[in-house]
Amino acid sequence: MSDLTRMDLSEARDLLAKKSLSAKELTEAHIAAVEAARPLNAFVTETPEKALAMAEASDARRAKGEAGLLEGLPLAIKDLFCTEGVQTTASSHILEGFVPPYESTVTANLWREGAVLLGKTNMDEFAMGSSNMTSHFGGVENPWHRAGSNQKLVPGGSSGGSAAAVAARCALAATGTDTGGSIRQPAAFAGVVGLKPTYGRCSRWGVVAFASSLDQAGPMTRSVRDAALMLRAMASYDPKDSTSVDRGVPDYEAALTGEVKGLRIGVPKEYRVEGMPPEIDRLWQQGMDWLTAAGAELREVSLPHSKYALPTYYIIAPAEASSNLARYDGIRYGLREPGDGSLTDLYESTRAAGFGDEVKRRLLIGTYVLSAGYYDAYYNKARQVRSLIARDFTESFAEVDLLLTPTAPSAAFAMGEKMDDPLAMYLNDVFTVPASLAGLPGISLPAGLSDEGLPLGLQLIGRAFDEETLLRAAGVLETAAAFDTLPSFLAA
Amino acid sequence: MSLIESESGTWEVVIGLEVHAQVISHSKLFSGASTAFGAEPNSQVSLVDAALPGMLPVLNRVCVEQAIRTGLGLNARINHLSVFERKNYFYPDLPAGYQISQYAHPIVGEGTILLDLEEGETREVGIERLHLEQDAGKSLHDQDPYRTFVDLNRAGVALMEIVSKPDLRSAAEAGAYLRKLRSILRYLGTCDGNMDEGSMRCDVNLSVRRPGEPLGTRTETKNVNSIRYVQRAIEIETRRQIEVIESGGSIVQETRLFDHRSGETRAMRSKEEAHDYRYFPDPDLLPLELDPAWVEEVRAALPELPDAKRRRFIEDYGLSAYDAAVLVAEKANADFYEAVVEGGPKGRRDPKTAANWVTVNYFGALNASGASLEDAPVDATKLGGLLDLIADDTISGRIAKEVFEEMWETGKPAAEIVEAKGLKQITDTGELEAVVDKIIAENPGQAQQVAEGNPKLLGWFVGQVMKATQGKANPGLVNKLLREKLGG
Repeated sequence: MSDLTRMDLSEARDLLAKKSLSAKELTEAHIAAVEAARPLNAFVTETPEKALAMAEASDARRAKGEAGLLEGLPLAIKDLFCTEGVQTTASSHILEGFVPPYESTVTANLWREGAVLLGKTNMDEFAMGSSNMTSHFGGVENPWHRAGSNQKLVPGGSSGGSAAAVAARCALAATGTDTGGSIRQPAAFAGVVGLKPTYGRCSRWGVVAFASSLDQAGPMTRSVRDAALMLRAMASYDPKDSTSVDRGVPDYEAALTGEVKGLRIGVPKEYRVEGMPPEIDRLWQQGMDWLTAAGAELREVSLPHSKYALPTYYIIAPAEASSNLARYDGIRYGLREPGDGSLTDLYESTRAAGFGDEVKRRLLIGTYVLSAGYYDAYYNKARQVRSLIARDFTESFAEVDLLLTPTAPSAAFAMGEKMDDPLAMYLNDVFTVPASLAGLPGISLPAGLSDEGLPLGLQLIGRAFDEETLLRAAGVLETAAAFDTLPSFLAA
Repeated sequence: MSLIESESGTWEVVIGLEVHAQVISHSKLFSGASTAFGAEPNSQVSLVDAALPGMLPVLNRVCVEQAIRTGLGLNARINHLSVFERKNYFYPDLPAGYQISQYAHPIVGEGTILLDLEEGETREVGIERLHLEQDAGKSLHDQDPYRTFVDLNRAGVALMEIVSKPDLRSAAEAGAYLRKLRSILRYLGTCDGNMDEGSMRCDVNLSVRRPGEPLGTRTETKNVNSIRYVQRAIEIETRRQIEVIESGGSIVQETRLFDHRSGETRAMRSKEEAHDYRYFPDPDLLPLELDPAWVEEVRAALPELPDAKRRRFIEDYGLSAYDAAVLVAEKANADFYEAVVEGGPKGRRDPKTAANWVTVNYFGALNASGASLEDAPVDATKLGGLLDLIADDTISGRIAKEVFEEMWETGKPAAEIVEAKGLKQITDTGELEAVVDKIIAENPGQAQQVAEGNPKLLGWFVGQVMKATQGKANPGLVNKLLREKLGG
């Protein structure tokens, strides 16, 4: 394992800027790391040739004095972002072999800033899952193991491939997408930083849609500084996405002052859920202590509708998905199973063969809750509750500047676990879903180890479009936690 | 109201129409692809129209403005907040698996439309709503014996669905409604109204009842593509429903198709088989909020509409209600007429003479030749030139008809034809007097009879004089001279 892959994104950026390293050398080291990490199954598609060509082009630009924010830095891209000329599958059989003739806005922003594409990362099918086990291309293995155990663990999901790739030092950073926790939960499970920005901060154009009112792209990195750097490059106002918000993109790195004195941190009492492992509770308390020690003020706040967040989410997200995924019909692109030759059979055969069980489960739920006679009881009610949940946050943010919570109610679990119990699986998102429903930014950072030696994450939630305060406090927590343990996959 | 008598008594038919009017705009409702008619299949399809993964709709402001304009033209309430929703169903010509439409919150609410009925009568019909939605593509079943092809050029083109209240009571009223609606849309420039190109399509909701009774069960007859077919479909469906009820059956709420070849309507799908469209607000689009100032701007820029124009033609030009209605039905016709009236060298030409010439002679020639206003050999200036020659007595009305025929054939100006053929009216009293004297001298017997008080023969003398002058004599002057000389 080369030293070139052990750096943070921002360290590599600085070395490239000093020309003590070329993009080509850096990229070659990462291509080797991607190959070495194949047992993790973190990538659906590797693009080593494209990566080298992009690295060489980057070196040429730098030689001419033209360098973007991410000039020459090799990244992994979740396979939910459409990449021109590179297969994009959403980890679904139904899109296997689909090569988009267009580039998503977020990835186009990254390439414009000089970044290099290493490959497309594995994920839960259509981003539906919290384990990465629903991928058509097989689960991703978490580079972490319980102390003294070889049992394979999940990296979380749905951005599990991106989390594993960053944790296993295959990529300096990766993109993820978060609908109900799909960046933050895998970041916590894999011991990396994951930031879900405010809804509307990053364009959804060219990102395969799961639940349009919730989906948001964000960075997965090995440091808070790297998350700041990535977000600056990924974010933009995009007229092609009507829900994208027309606001300037700040220099998020400049917000990392290391200073939280006087900052008011809320601790939502409803997040003390029953049956939460003591180690999670301990970590949460530790986070509070670190922030207090740094001069922040703690306050207990109440988010009374939190307990409705999961059921609300599991109505709204499947409802939107049932409509968003209707386009995968075997007519224009992707998989086609002709069936008996009739139109109905073509649809049924294609979708039966093309979608996995979890996707089918959610499409059925979504279709049901939108159906005549059930719409008001489910979908409409969920929309009403959603606005109450958002109001809880608004009221809390009148008293505090940030909220501190655990990211997930447990550390990474074993591959195969919870697979026969969708409800237990859905509980993974209990701390991440509320902020998603409210469209608020949240960040997860590794803050400690479980009793079994697995990374645990703390989550900060901020006001809409106040990623700067979020990153600033996360930086302080990061310094205090000084998390520097390497995953066992790298030690092996 | 027209009631229908049958063996069992009197029936009333209740009709509501849903019109899909294609919005005039260069690009589609949610994408930049072109909307031009008749292009190569699938040559006007954007990534959004083909519903590729990750593609997002962006609302076309021009289409919104057209909907506002149409709403204002229908005297309707403009809703400052409206919502685009998804109507979900699977079909190969619907790439996303849903149509973006408006459901609970349309952009335009209730309005009215004034029908022009026979004898210049009018009747007000209510508009229930107008909403914006995407058109679907086209499935082509006739290109291959085994396969269906899909053309997505039309997919995503903006439509206005304009729903009437169930205020129509006959096929004739339905026809008048469609003609008036089309006229208003064309005046506004929001839809070209060409039903044969499919840019205006109509669904007919129809039920029958005994007068005074509550509404009967209705059927919806889909996609009837001409005004004539709409009227025919209404007659057929009315008769069918009455027959079903009279023979002891009951009407099933269902969707029917009109087959103009067989002259019948057929059940397409019943209420039980009806789709559950699972409408819900499109999360890719924000609710549409209209700036009231913008709506006022659009209102201020509205053109004069047919009803106002008709009123003006009656009041300012002194036209009959009938002539005014004929002239304003098509904006191009009204414009042509006004160009003739207002284009005189010394100000306004006589509006009634102009109306007569335009509606009778000019439209007659247009119909007979199959030409349109744009490519007709005689334009408003030339027709006006002819009217000027009548007005200043250069030619008589009778000669003018001859001249007009010649103008239509050759495209030459009236004055040139009159000059070349020597058709100028003889208005020189001395010259005419000589002709009159000669004819009286040649027909002493008839002259005697006139003098004795037989007025019929005065007309005969006029005819003789006109004949002798090849019709060029000024008829008024001839009459005057004959009366003087014959004492008739």
